[in-house]
Amino acid sequence: MENSKQNLCNEIVRRSGVNPRKCMKCGKCSGTCPAYDEMEYHPHQFVYMVETGDIEPLLNSKSIYRCLTCFACVDRCPRGVEPAKLVEAVRLAVVREQGKNHLKADDIPELLDEELPQQAIVSALRKYSK
Amino acid sequence: MKVSYFPGCTLKTKAKDLDNYARKCAEVLGVTLEEIPAWQCCGGVFTTSRDEIATKLSSVRALNDAKQKGQPLVSVCSACHNVIKQTNAAMQNDEEFAFKVNNYISPDEYHGETKVYHYLELLRDVIGFDKLKEKVVKPLTGRKIAAYYGCLLLRPGKVMAMDDVENPTIMEDLIRALGAEPVVYAYRNECCGGYIALESKELAKEKSQKVTSNAQEKGAEAIVTACPLCRYNLIKNGTEVPVVYFTELLAEALGIKE
Repeated sequence: MENSKQNLCNEIVRRSGVNPRKCMKCGKCSGTCPAYDEMEYHPHQFVYMVETGDIEPLLNSKSIYRCLTCFACVDRCPRGVEPAKLVEAVRLAVVREQGKNHLKADDIPELLDEELPQQAIVSALRKYSK
Repeated sequence: MKVSYFPGCTLKTKAKDLDNYARKCAEVLGVTLEEIPAWQCCGGVFTTSRDEIATKLSSVRALNDAKQKGQPLVSVCSACHNVIKQTNAAMQNDEEFAFKVNNYISPDEYHGETKVYHYLELLRDVIGFDKLKEKVVKPLTGRKIAAYYGCLLLRPGKVMAMDDVENPTIMEDLIRALGAEPVVYAYRNECCGGYIALESKELAKEKSQKVTSNAQEKGAEAIVTACPLCRYNLIKNGTEVPVVYFTELLAEALGIKE
């Protein structure tokens, strides 16, 4: 693997605090993930692909914006791998790049309706933008 | 008794019933919620990465303000509570993270000293459900109420430590204390879709309808929640039963609902 990719991969692991090698590949994280059907790569695949350094497809996949931060995979993993933290670290590797915000403030007005709580907007901006 | 109170952005706007009744009910129960001056939005979701500093400063400032006053910090919105409690745990357990954050908190240093309560924990652990029961003037006898926990009140379990993550009882115990009958159903701690409502309305719809239809199948006449976004998603995506804040139910039983 080329050096810069390896560095990014190490950085993702470091900032997530996750040890992907603890995974025993039972698939429970993906089985319990509420966004499973809308994901191209599922939580267990994030763990495996980061472990093997195959992160390019993850960086380019919409799957990183489908995680709901519900922490179901974090609590239900029998090995304490905490896949959601890895998904987040991969997403940050993308949105921290200049011009890579997934949601822009200008996009917000047309997404609003009368009842939508502020909480939804600040949460989405925190997850999708830097 | 006086506690520090973090209302959060939504409680000042779309979720006023969650805020107003929380304050009024606390007074009836002998607790004053003292709003933290100049609190800033918690950001809605906790950013789990260890190198995210700026996104956690508002929580730490609120926690530090409570520490200076020697008071526990209480919030009633599930999301605020989740962000503040996870931030507090990071300040306790991650020295490198705490060092970086404390550069912005100067001249004080904060290391997770403040006790953090969700309002439900205040009712259970500080006031006590038995004491609460004595204050009920209009018991909700015969009403079948389903508690919706969602994700943020309970998870991650080892940090939030509010209740059993897969078989919680705190809201059912509250419902019982108010004289109503709790309805237990499978989807009470599954996600409503949260902020995905902005990104994929279909996914939010699918997730929310599973919750409401499951609660209805089990005979619920109403669903209670502590989260404005859960309430929005459940109502927006079609429910045959009302979805209300638990503080509204509390106010009704205490005889102060307007």
